[in-house]
Amino acid sequence: MQRVGWRFAAAVAMLVAGPGHAQQKVDIAASTTVLADLARNVGGDHVNVVSLVGPNGDIHSYVPSPADAKNLADAKLVILNGLGLEGSTAQFMRIAAKGAKVLVASDGITPLRLGNSPDPHAWQSVANAKTYVANIRDALIAVDPADRSVFEANAAAYLRRLDALDAEVKAAIATIPPQRRKLVTTHDAFGYLGTAYGVEFIAPHGVSTEAEASARDVAQIIAQIRAQKIPAVFLENVADPRLLERIARESGARIGGTLCSDALTDANGPAPTYVEMMRHNVKELVGALAG
Amino acid sequence: MPYDVLIAPFAEFDFMRRALVGTLALALGAGPIGVILMLRRMSLMGDAMAHAILPGAAVGFLVAGLNLFAMSAGGLVAGLLVAVLAGVVARATELKEDASLAAFFLVSLALGVTIVSARGTNIDLLHFLFGNVLGLDTATLMLIAAISTLSLLVLALIWRPLVLECVDPGFLRSISRAGAPVHIAFLGLVVLNLVGGFQALGTLLAVGLMMVPAVTARFWARDISTMLAVAVGVGVLSGYVGLLLSFHAGVAAGPAIILVAGALCLGSVLIGPVGGVVRPLFPKQHLEA
Repeated sequence: MQRVGWRFAAAVAMLVAGPGHAQQKVDIAASTTVLADLARNVGGDHVNVVSLVGPNGDIHSYVPSPADAKNLADAKLVILNGLGLEGSTAQFMRIAAKGAKVLVASDGITPLRLGNSPDPHAWQSVANAKTYVANIRDALIAVDPADRSVFEANAAAYLRRLDALDAEVKAAIATIPPQRRKLVTTHDAFGYLGTAYGVEFIAPHGVSTEAEASARDVAQIIAQIRAQKIPAVFLENVADPRLLERIARESGARIGGTLCSDALTDANGPAPTYVEMMRHNVKELVGALAG
Repeated sequence: MPYDVLIAPFAEFDFMRRALVGTLALALGAGPIGVILMLRRMSLMGDAMAHAILPGAAVGFLVAGLNLFAMSAGGLVAGLLVAVLAGVVARATELKEDASLAAFFLVSLALGVTIVSARGTNIDLLHFLFGNVLGLDTATLMLIAAISTLSLLVLALIWRPLVLECVDPGFLRSISRAGAPVHIAFLGLVVLNLVGGFQALGTLLAVGLMMVPAVTARFWARDISTMLAVAVGVGVLSGYVGLLLSFHAGVAAGPAIILVAGALCLGSVLIGPVGGVVRPLFPKQHLEA
C-alpha cells in the first residue's frame, strides 16, 4: 500500500516538474490588453500571456467565461490593474486564480481622483507604465526565480524604450500652442495623460459616464466649447460616437481621431502594443490641436 | 420669461430641435400602434423585442463590424422573424400570442448571446446600437420620419380589419380572409417602429412612447378613434415637456420624457372619465321618477 503511494507521489512530482525546466514557460493571465502587452515585454519568450478582455474590448462590460476561469486557474501569475478598473471582475479573478500570485500592477502609484474614487487609467502616463513594468518584473522573479537575469535584462531594455517614448510624447505635445492644448472626450480616461503632459481633457458628465446625458449637460458642453474655443472633440474606441458627433457639429469643434483608452486594438489596428497606443494617441492629439 | 423657459432652449440649440422633431415623429407613428397592442394584450412586446433583435445585430456586427446600418438591418430581420413566427404559431395552435412570443424571444436572445460570446468580443453590441434622443443626426431623423409615415399609411390601409380582429376575430373570420395577412402586416409595423426607435432613441424611449400614451388614452375614451387621438396627444406633450425638464432640471432625456408620460398616465388612472379610480367614489345622483 505504502509503495503504491510513493509511486503515485513520484508520478505527481514528475508531472509538476514537467519535462525539464528550460522549456517551462510561466503562464500569465492579465485583465486587459495593456497589462498583457507590458507583461509580454518583460517576460519575453519565457512567458505565455493571455488577456481576459480582448482587443477593442471594454473591461466595464466584461462577462467572465469558463474559459477565462480555466486560464486563471492555470496561471502562475495573475495581473490586475487595480484602482477599481476591474470592478467586480477583480473578485472573480482572485477567486479563479487559485494558487497563482496575484499582482496589482498599479501598486505604488499615487492615483488621481475621479470624484470620490481613484482614476484607474494610470497607464496613460508613461512614468506610471514604468512603475507597472517594475512591479511585473518583481512579480515574475518571485514566481520564477531561475529566470531572474532574463526578466531583469528584458525589463531594463523595455524601460529604456519607455524613457524614449516619454521624451517623444513631451516633444510632440510641445509642438501644440499652449492655448490650444485642450479638448473634449467621451470617457474620463485621460486624466494621467493630461496631467503628465499638460493637456486639458474635458470629459463632460453624462457623455463621459455610464449615466445617460441630460439636455442640460449637452447644452453646457456646447456652450463651454464655444466659450473656451476648444479646438477639437475626440472619440474613443469603446463608446458610442453619435452624441459626441452631434456636439462637435453644433459647437463648431473639429472631430479629432479616435483615442485608445482602456484597450489596445488588434494587430490590424493603429495600436496593437502599449508603445504604439501612446504614439497613436499623441499623433491624433497633435493632428487635431496643432493645426 | 415664458419664452426663456418654453421656447428658447429649442431656438438656441439645434440638438433640442432635432430631439423634439424626433419624439414628435415617434409619437405620431408609435402611439396608434401602442393602442392596438394594448387592445390585443401585447403591451409587453416592446421589451421582448429589445432582446429578440440581438442575434441579428450580432450577425450584422460579424459581417460589417461596428456598423449601425448593418446591425440595424440584422436586428430588423431577427425581430421580424421572431414576431412573425410567434404570430403564426399563435394563429395555428392553441397557444396565446404572448406565450408564443415569450418562447421565441428567449430563444432568439440565447442565440444572440451565443453568437456574441463565440466571437469572444466584450463590446456591448446593444449598448452601441441603441441611440440617444439628444444625438440625432439627419439620417436618423429621416429614418424615424419615414417609419412614422409608412406606419400611418399602412395603418390607414388595414385599419378596419385590424380593429375588427381586436374586438371580434370570429366575425372577421366569417366574412373575410384578411385576418392573417393584416395581422402579419401589423407585426411588421411594430417591429419596424421598435427597431427604428431603438437605433434612434434607445429602448426606453421607443417602447415607452409606444405604450405609456396608449395606456393613458384608455382612461379617456371608449371608442378607438378618440383613443388614438389622445395617445398621440399625450406622446407629443410628453416629448415637449420631457425635453424641457431634461434641459432645465438636468434629468436624462429619455427617462424625463417617459416620466412625464407616466405622470399623465397616473393622473388618468386616478381621474380619467373611463374607468378611473376617483369617478365611482362620487356617483351621480340617479334620476328618479
